[in-house]
Formats: sequence, structure tokens, C-alpha cells
Amino acid sequence: MKRFLVTFFALAVPLALMGERAALGNELSGYVEGEVRLYPESPNFFGQRDQSASFAIQPEYYHELENGSSFTFVPFFRLDSADSERTHFDVRELTYLWLHDDFELRLGVRKVFWGVTEVLHLVDIINLTDLVENFDEEQMLGQPMANLSFARDWGTLDLFVLPYFRERTFPGNKGRLRFGLVVDTDQAQYESSAEEWHTDWAARYSHTLGDWDFGLYYFIGTSRDPSFTTGTDGAGNPVILPVYQQIQQTGLDVSYVVGNWLWKLEALYRKGQGDRRGLTRNDYVAATGGFEYTFTGIFGSRMDLGVVAEYLFDDRKDFALTPFENDVAGALRLAVNDAASSELLFGWVQDIDTDARFLFLEASRRLGDDWTLELEIRTFLDQPPADFLFALRDDDLVQLVLQYHF
Amino acid sequence: MNITKVLIVGLILVGAGIPFSAAAMTPQEKGLAIAVEDDKRDNGFKDYKADAIMILKNRQGDESTRYLRFKTLEVQGDGDKNLTVFDKPRDIKKTAFLSFTHSLDNDDQWLFLPALKRVKRISSSNKSGPFVGSEFAYEDITSQEVKKYTYKWLRDEEYQGHKSFVVEQVPAYENSGYTRRVVWIDQDEYRVLKVDFYDRKDSLLKTLTYDGYHKYLNQYWYPDEMYMVNHQTGKSTQLSWKNYTFQTGLTDKHFNKNSLKRAR
Repeated sequence: MKRFLVTFFALAVPLALMGERAALGNELSGYVEGEVRLYPESPNFFGQRDQSASFAIQPEYYHELENGSSFTFVPFFRLDSADSERTHFDVRELTYLWLHDDFELRLGVRKVFWGVTEVLHLVDIINLTDLVENFDEEQMLGQPMANLSFARDWGTLDLFVLPYFRERTFPGNKGRLRFGLVVDTDQAQYESSAEEWHTDWAARYSHTLGDWDFGLYYFIGTSRDPSFTTGTDGAGNPVILPVYQQIQQTGLDVSYVVGNWLWKLEALYRKGQGDRRGLTRNDYVAATGGFEYTFTGIFGSRMDLGVVAEYLFDDRKDFALTPFENDVAGALRLAVNDAASSELLFGWVQDIDTDARFLFLEASRRLGDDWTLELEIRTFLDQPPADFLFALRDDDLVQLVLQYHF
Repeated sequence: MNITKVLIVGLILVGAGIPFSAAAMTPQEKGLAIAVEDDKRDNGFKDYKADAIMILKNRQGDESTRYLRFKTLEVQGDGDKNLTVFDKPRDIKKTAFLSFTHSLDNDDQWLFLPALKRVKRISSSNKSGPFVGSEFAYEDITSQEVKKYTYKWLRDEEYQGHKSFVVEQVPAYENSGYTRRVVWIDQDEYRVLKVDFYDRKDSLLKTLTYDGYHKYLNQYWYPDEMYMVNHQTGKSTQLSWKNYTFQTGLTDKHFNKNSLKRAR
């Protein structure tokens, strides 16, 4: 990472300075948060704790240049009382944006989100998941890139060159929400001899046609999802080793809006990835899709109720590196539409082949002008021993986050 | 009676300097002619940017404040394109809202959520829903097009020292939260001074009053203050406008999903 940062500054800072005639504005914003996690059930593995407290900070520095170009820096740091792997630093964003009449060029570290569905984010391939942050895989590590974007009447074309790879984070020995064996991120393996310096590429075409929004992309390079093999750590303990293979992936995302209905689909075809049995390549198709219907002004109030139903599929079935290989999900989203922006989301993911299910509740609201409070409850029920999440079966979680925004 | 015909009638009347009290028109024709004239006078601004502060107040007097920035691009023959960016509350800073408004069809709307870097297409049939928790509904802040309503002139009336038309407007689009709006428009400059909103049961729901009108580009009147009070809940929203700038050179390029993601 150090080498990457040096390279970035060597390239981007002079460019940023060249582009700078007069700075229009500097802005510092961001948040600090305190988080408490409680695990009502006793841990399954030695060393795991029943609770944890942590502190995180994410400032954002934004510097606008005369022509609309800009420079953004967003570092992130978390300190966790229980899991040393969760105590971590990341550069979420360090980007120079060159805004030209004909294109946008972004150099640096960024996060790119393409998904349309609510329960599973399948098509996103640019960033690695910051898994220690949250089990929902919505937190991402900043990805170094050059991204050239052309927005035209015929659609938007995005080209990505990804020169450096960030390894996914995994909970450590004392962390909950992990496999029986710890994933030893210090012993990550790569198929490519260039390891994390393998250059990855992606191209995406996206467009809006009336009520349809869609995107189609091709990615070639290091898989953002590791396959796994086993080994031993320095002390001779058995551990899981993440293996980052070379893949090619085609992905599609579609949304269609009609009245109060929002229809969504994400699908991908991936070549070159192993499965739960090991590293042997098993090309596969995965898809998720469904709808979100919104009842507005329910019971004569200002509140909106969204009903989400989605299907989750992975044709590797029982060998998929995901618990969501043949599952249905339902969720209710209540937007109170009050001054505090109160929201409530309740969801249920049910495995079709077994009794395994996963329930979650997320509630959030603003306190005063600058504070937000968020409650999250997750529970894993009736996971059979063969389930991908069997090791997490007793990791039901109650999480409370208080954020101050500045 | 179609709009072109009324437009011609209206233009002839205005051009000839004949007041609308001309006996030949029905109240419906007269209401429409007023709307057509109002629309004509608002036409041609091309684009503008403005900052806004919204103060939400409940019956107990508790306040909550939002800072927003608006960009609008005029689209001839259809509704305008709008980009709204939030500055405060700080937890929704950089959240941005893009809409392509249409006269009768549902608007096209996208929301950018900065924490996830996600652009989400959203359903726009929620026209009666509150805009960021305020007393303004989405349908109150989208561009006003002649085709959006059917009209009926009710009477002429003095309102706060202005000779005004009082016109009833019935939404012609679907999913409105209103059976009708009653609008006070001053006869000299065609500025909207006041709007009464009637809910689906036809009870008086809200009143919007405008204040501090200024003339821009020697033609276009825009208010500094808009005050919406909900008579049924006692809640109110003060919307104050600042830093209007017109014809800033905005084009379609400033109103796409790329610009939504980097909106500031």
C-alpha cells in the first residue's frame, strides 16, 4: 500500500496542482462514531467475546478547483476493543477528479457502486469488501484506479484501470461473525505472480431509456472474492488461507420503474473462480432480482411503507462461496418522513432448501441537527451443519451506533 | 377546448390590451388564459442556480433546518430538469436528488446516497409525499406546467394591496394529494401570492404564501420567501431563497447520473 500511495502522490498531486488556478473552496466534514455490539448467545470458538465497543472516525477533505475539478481525501480509522483485526485504517477516498467538457477522469482511491437490489450486492466488482466493518458487505475498502468516463446521448461509458489490489479484511481470533478457523490475511495467496500488483481492467456501459436504467460490464483481473484453502499459521495452528484467483466476469444490472413498482435485476457470469470445495475452477452464473413496491401515505399518515421481495441464486448451489445460493428475501421499509428522518427496515432471508434463515432489523433517526442513532439487530436461525453460515449460528448481534457529524 | 386555441385567444386578448373580464370567456377559459399568460412570462429563463434554507417547525415550535442547493434547466415543451443537493443536516450532506419533470407523465427521479456511493432510481408516483420531512410535497416543488391542471377563474380580489385573479386549479396528473388548489395571482405581474391546498376530502389542508419578490433579468419574478403552513397539524415550513443566478450556462450534461454523483 505504501508503494501505491507514493505512486499516487507522484502522479496525482502534480496534476492537481497543474489544474489549480484558483481554489474555489476547501471543506472539511465527516463523522466520529461510538459503537457497541452485544452478542446474546455464548460464542462457539475460544477467544471470542460477548460484547465489544469501538470508536471510528471518517473525516473528509474536499478541495474544489476553478473548472469544477476537485481533490477529495477521506481516511477512515476504527479502534475496536475485542478484535485486533477490526482495529484498522483505510484510505476510503483519495481522488483527483479532472472535469473536462468531453470526459471525467478520476485518479486515485475510490469506491464504485453499481448494484440495484437491496439484500445482496452481487455485481459490484471494483472494490474489496471491508468485512470486519459489517457483515452486510456494504462497507468497502478504497480501490486505487484510473477511471475515464464518457457521458453521451447514447449512454455512459466507464473505463477502469486498477493497478493495485486491496485484500479483503476478515475478523480475527477474538472477533465474532467468523468461520471456525480464522482467515489468516497475512498469508493471502495469489494466482498471478504479480500478486497485488496485477493490473485489472473493467469497462462498463450504462444508459437510461425512459423508465429503464441498465448497466453492462466486463471485468478481467484478480477476483474480489477469495477462494479458500487451509494451512497453518506461525504457531502451527490450522488456519484458512484466502486465495485470490484470476477471473473474467460479465455483469448486468437493470432497474425498471412503473408507478409504485421498482423492478430490479443483478446478474453475473464468472470464469476462473473456485468454490467451497477448493481452488478448482467452476464457472458459474449468479443472479438476484425482485421488486420494491411503495405504499405512500399509509393509513392517511405521512409515512411510506416499502415492500421488498427478492430471489437470490448461485448455480454452484451447495458449493457456492455464499450462503445465498437459492434463497428468497422479504423486507419492509418504513419511512416516517418526519424531521428526524426516522427509518425502519425489517428483513428476512430464507433458504429454500433448508430451514436456515437470517433476520435483520435496522432502525435509524437523527438526534438534534448533528447526531444520528442507529440500531441494528441480526439473527441466524436453524443453520444446518452444511450451511455456509453454520459457524456464525450463535453470532446473533445487537449493535448500537451513535454518530456525530461535523 | 384545446390549449393552442386558448393560447391564441389569450394572446389576442393580451395583445389587444383587452382585460380578461371580456364577457365572451367562460370561467374555465379565463382561468386557462391566465395560466397560459403566467407560463409565457416565466418562459425563456434557460437555467438558474439558487441556495435555499428550509426551517421546519412543529406545533410545539421545535425547529429543524435544512440547507439545500438547486439547479434548474428549462426544457422547452416539457417539465424542467432539477438537481438538488443537501448541505445540512450534515448526516445527509452530499445527498443529491435528480429529477426530469414531465407535464402529465410521472417524473424520472434518481437519488444519490453518498455513504454507499449509490445512485438509486426512485418511484415518482409519490407526488403527495413530504419533501425531506417538510410541509412541501414533491408536487409543490416540481416545475409548474400549464398542462398539469384544469382551470377555473373564480373571482377578482384585492390581496395585500394587489389586484389579483383567484383561480381554482384541479390536478390533471395522477396521484395528487389534492382535490384542488386555489391560487391568488397578481394582475400586474402574474406573480403567485398565495395558494390554498385542499386535501382528498376537500378540506383546507395547507396555505402557501410568497413574499419578497424580486425581478431578475428584467423579466422574471422570483420570491425570497415561501411560507407553508399545515392547518391540520399546525406544522409549518419556511423556505428562504438566496443567491439566485440566472443563465449560468447549465446544459443537459449537468443533469445526468455522473453529475449527480459529484454534485456539491
